[in-house]
Amino acid sequence: MAVKKTKHKMPEQKPEERIKNFNEVPYGYDAETAIEEAKRCLQCKNRPCVKGCPVEIDIPDFIKHIAEGDFDKAVEVLKTKTNLPAVCGRVCPYENQCEGECTLLKIGEPVAIGRLERFLADYERKRGVKIPKNAKSTGKKVAVVGAGPAGLTCAGDLAKMGHDVTVFEALHDPGGVLMYGIPEFRLPKEIVKAEVNYIEKLGVEINYDIVVGKTITVDELIGEYDAVFIGTGAGLPRWLKIPGENLDGVYSANEFLTRVNMMKAYRFPEYDTPIKIGKIVATFGAGNVAMDCARTSLRLGAEKSYIIYRRSEKEMPARAEEIEHAKEEGVNFKLLTNPVKFIGDEKGILKEVECINMELGEPDESGRRRPVPIERSNFKIKIDTALVAIGQSPNPLIPKSVKGLKIGKWGNIETDEDGRTSLPGVFAGGDIATGAATVILAMGAGKRAAKAINEYLKSKKN
Amino acid sequence: MYEILEKKILSENVKLIKVKAPLVARKAKAGQFIILRIDEKGERIPLTIADYNREKGTITIIFMEVGKTTKQLGKLKVGDSILNFAGPLGQPSEIEKFGNVVCIGGGVGIAPLYPIVRELKRAGNYVISILGARNEKLLMLEKEIQEFSDELHICTDDGSKGTKGFVSNILQNLVDDGKKIDIVWAIGPVIMMKVVVDLTKKYDIKTIVSLNPIMVDGTGMCGGCRVSVGGENKFACVDGPEFDGHKVDFNNLLLRNRRFVCEEDEACKCAGVEL
Repeated sequence: MAVKKTKHKMPEQKPEERIKNFNEVPYGYDAETAIEEAKRCLQCKNRPCVKGCPVEIDIPDFIKHIAEGDFDKAVEVLKTKTNLPAVCGRVCPYENQCEGECTLLKIGEPVAIGRLERFLADYERKRGVKIPKNAKSTGKKVAVVGAGPAGLTCAGDLAKMGHDVTVFEALHDPGGVLMYGIPEFRLPKEIVKAEVNYIEKLGVEINYDIVVGKTITVDELIGEYDAVFIGTGAGLPRWLKIPGENLDGVYSANEFLTRVNMMKAYRFPEYDTPIKIGKIVATFGAGNVAMDCARTSLRLGAEKSYIIYRRSEKEMPARAEEIEHAKEEGVNFKLLTNPVKFIGDEKGILKEVECINMELGEPDESGRRRPVPIERSNFKIKIDTALVAIGQSPNPLIPKSVKGLKIGKWGNIETDEDGRTSLPGVFAGGDIATGAATVILAMGAGKRAAKAINEYLKSKKN
Repeated sequence: MYEILEKKILSENVKLIKVKAPLVARKAKAGQFIILRIDEKGERIPLTIADYNREKGTITIIFMEVGKTTKQLGKLKVGDSILNFAGPLGQPSEIEKFGNVVCIGGGVGIAPLYPIVRELKRAGNYVISILGARNEKLLMLEKEIQEFSDELHICTDDGSKGTKGFVSNILQNLVDDGKKIDIVWAIGPVIMMKVVVDLTKKYDIKTIVSLNPIMVDGTGMCGGCRVSVGGENKFACVDGPEFDGHKVDFNNLLLRNRRFVCEEDEACKCAGVEL
């Protein structure tokens, strides 16, 4: 039988419906579709997909079990490598990772590995999550700073290895960017909470309202624990640095998304935190965060939602699925356009943005063609809200507060491949080490650091 | 959960609460603030620390009921708890021996000024405190501040206590009398700080102000609290809350603090709290 050339479609909410709610967009595969999709897998001997996975999930194995209808066994395989499958199955950039290496790409679309992972995680959550037995207690204590993807992964793995793990989180909720950054319609918060609950059931203790560097210092943690992992993310918003950026109506993507996602401003006034959006919203940038901003704006009632990006569609860093979803929902893409200044009224309220048209010149250091302004092509767009989503830098709170910790030129904590910093016993991973990247890369870093911490603890004499 | 151990009503809409938060108290210093969220549906709001007791593990905050959250906070009783209480946040006041220091507190700004006055005195400064309020009822911590001040001047807008007039009038008098002033601390309504700064600029007296813009996370993540200082954007939550007053763009601060005035009204109405 010939292999089906395309992925099985995942049913999803219609665009005209979904822009009126915050419910998750795709519904996920049912068991039958999952089995059919799993049967597309060629079970290649050289397993190219595994090489594409930052946490090295045994992809062909779990897919084989799905194809056989043995979902429990498939879950078991999946969970040996990832503690957060329901999250990965929703937000990983599969097309650049596992699916990007799939042999089926030679004849058509790759196996829908992401959708299958999501199916399994959702299946497991409904069935009831089994808690594996941790290794025998080592009596070693590890402090993990930050309950985001890197910290949670590291904490979960260390607990499984038998260490006593305590997580310190600055905010009132766990999850880091999974909670404050990624919107409900892309990653329901109940799912994040369920995955965090799993980590806690492994024996990890999470403390909230603890701003490490302020409430307690890293030096104190070093004194009290056998090892410390820092995963405080890339929380510092970058700005356009153009006139008018402090006008009422200009938000960083972080402020906008934190208000809406973590503080639930979309349910104001039932929830106390407000957000103001107006009729016309412009989001600057074209990464996943920008797509989240533009799509969230529509759901908050914006009549028009622009993505304004200085390069062309080809260079947009967002996942293909996010761009597709944004287009379906009616987000208006103004490409090769760069903002020059924000213009407000006499009360300081944002009214317009002045932009300039761009063209692509020679490639820059990133290998992408550099956008160059076209002289005298300036024009204005009326807007009520501007969302600046051009990236984040590592959160400076800890790098600034720890003596002897080697800091890179972007304000990141310098580490080796496995997360070792310049201080013995102190490890770091995720966006705080690499600068803003993806959830899965942070998880991969957390995983490698957990291994390195385990080795370090074993080698350390009592 | 963070229990309220003590509560005092300082005036009609100004309240003091002492909260059990040992980890915050352990590290708290003059000039820093906390972020609290009363319950699951609450907003995160910053409040400057009015006092701390490391032994007892308590933090004192004094707040004016101006919005939904502060009104709700004012209704909590001793024994009630606050869901989240994180801190101490921001940079502490840079206390050293300057010589002659003038500490100006206006209205509810007197509260965060108190620990600063105390630490400045302990550092060996000659401390001149100026406290101002709309009327006598809104004056607070007079005795406490008196204890650590070499001179205390009081003024009210309506003359119900002390001199009738503004804190800036008293500061002007001190300058006119030829008093040597090495540094000024001014904490209060934005407009008060602006007037003080305009005055001290003329005489080139360094002036520290403490800003309290709208914040969300309080850890440098959202940039909602950005203020223009010396033409550069700073985050009040991590770079501040104290800044060199001569460099602060107060007009932009005033504007940004009005961002959610309408929504605040709506939240109050919705919660059935009278405005």
